[in-house]
Amino acid sequence: MRKLKQLPGVGLLKGMLVTGRNFFGSYRNPRRLVTVSYPEQRLLLPESSRNFPFLVYDGNDSVEGLRCVACKTCERECPSGAIRIVQARDENGRPAKHPERFEIGIDACMGCQICAEVCPFDAIKMDSDYEHAATGRTRPMVHNKLRLAKSNTYYHRIKPREAAEVDARLEMERFRKEEARRKREEAARMKKEAAAKAAAAKPEAPENS
Amino acid sequence: MNLTRAAPWPAGTAPFADPGETELLELSLGPQHPSTHGVFRMNALLDGETVVRLQPVFGYLHRNHEQLAERMSYLASMPFTDRLDYFCSLTNNWAYALTVEKLAGLEVPERAEYLRVILAELTRLQNHTVFLGFLLGDMGAWGSVLMYGFRQRDAVLDLFEALTGSRMMCDYLRFGGCRCDLPPGWAAAARLVVDSYPGFLDEMEQLLTENEILRARTMGIGGVEAKRLVNAGVSGPLLRAAGLSHDLRKVDRYGIYDRFSFRIPLGEKGDVYDRLMIRLLEMRESLNILDSALRDLPEGPVINPQAKLRNFRPPAGEAYGRIESPKGELGFYLISDQSPQPYRYRVRPPSLINLTLLEEMCVGAKIADVMVILGSIDIVLGEVDR
Repeated sequence: MRKLKQLPGVGLLKGMLVTGRNFFGSYRNPRRLVTVSYPEQRLLLPESSRNFPFLVYDGNDSVEGLRCVACKTCERECPSGAIRIVQARDENGRPAKHPERFEIGIDACMGCQICAEVCPFDAIKMDSDYEHAATGRTRPMVHNKLRLAKSNTYYHRIKPREAAEVDARLEMERFRKEEARRKREEAARMKKEAAAKAAAAKPEAPENS
Repeated sequence: MNLTRAAPWPAGTAPFADPGETELLELSLGPQHPSTHGVFRMNALLDGETVVRLQPVFGYLHRNHEQLAERMSYLASMPFTDRLDYFCSLTNNWAYALTVEKLAGLEVPERAEYLRVILAELTRLQNHTVFLGFLLGDMGAWGSVLMYGFRQRDAVLDLFEALTGSRMMCDYLRFGGCRCDLPPGWAAAARLVVDSYPGFLDEMEQLLTENEILRARTMGIGGVEAKRLVNAGVSGPLLRAAGLSHDLRKVDRYGIYDRFSFRIPLGEKGDVYDRLMIRLLEMRESLNILDSALRDLPEGPVINPQAKLRNFRPPAGEAYGRIESPKGELGFYLISDQSPQPYRYRVRPPSLINLTLLEEMCVGAKIADVMVILGSIDIVLGEVDR
């Protein structure tokens, strides 16, 4: 390849042929185009596309329905320390199972999805919404609980396959919990009945003796 | 060598009757310069247009990567490795995962190994594709080649996005496997991209290899003795362009590379032209690997069920893992003291070590060639400065 056996200039012409093919070809074949005119045209994002996390809530209430129980696992595991959680307290001052504040600094967040991966409750998931421009450097860049909360319906809309998997898993867990509770109650009831029987049997014994 | 006075004109070449004494010119190229591939600076000492001395200055992008990693869990460093060489996040992930797996003695399921090979080779393809575009940009052909390269690379990035969720910061590999399985239809889409690549490479070869201007700009420029390259620890396409057959995929046979047959293209002189051609040929070999890997991809789990996501504490010890990243030997060195954080975390970046011979390559060349030589080394400042 180092020695050329052709007239000088032929290589250049061959190259120009490629350029011309690409230039004129782009009018015919859209695959030769490089860009789309962004705000008017948008590319379809694949389902797994991710950038910033959001909090999932079930039902219609974005405060009551939050799946987050403020266990702070994501806050501990977040590589860039973008998550800040303050746990709520009930009227007796004991820690309650929902967050008082949940803030994500999206300027610090790098969208690595480790929070979504480590969450034991499937409460935090990755969004594919990408237009987050804001005027200001501090306040608008910190998303609070209200802004982060998005419904399970939304989650189903952006990631149908993943959301269905998560729902099935949560349903299974709920079923198992229900089953365990039912079994526990059953056992307790049996025990009570047995105790009652024994108690009913006992008073008879002294009469007989 | 006198570093303030320029060399006298050779007899009979002076442009005017009495040239008198001329001075050397010290020129600072960068750090804000489109051809330095980031914030990189070269202090060049010029005699006319010829480079007499050249000092690389780097560190503008230093962000304390290694020290940060010693303060956080093993898993939390994974997304930061994406940002080392931001064109090749998946090979960075692999090198890091390989090291931690060595440290913890974790087995990787077969399907995950295949996925890693597929992703690493796709990464190599898109890195070399972009390299061609940028190198031509450095030569002044700014625009078309870079645009064709980016257009082709977008097809690969679409695959990455469909699988990992992100186009460049993939963060896909986990210790003991991969994060998730392929989405439906991914393998077929990957097959389409792989099948479209030879056409693109043919077009690139037609555009570049016989072009007289390109040959004039690249032949006989930037060559260094192979002995010097070995002494400096240079690796990757730069070393192979000088005719030395050293490819970790063959030397270490990490992962499952022993199952694929592929050749290692070698150059003759190690000049910029050879480096360019080596990359074109390497892409063809990568396509062969991809072809058989996509064909043989087995079913099964993608992650070792014993691998723990949280509270991961590898046993005390040390490990060095290395892979052949598109730019050369990428290594990670870890010492564990059984705590959740590594005791020591060190990166061996190919970009930085390949850069050490920059002065030797550039001395005696013209100042316009410095950019081409720098471009042919293929550096990424995220990896050089860390």
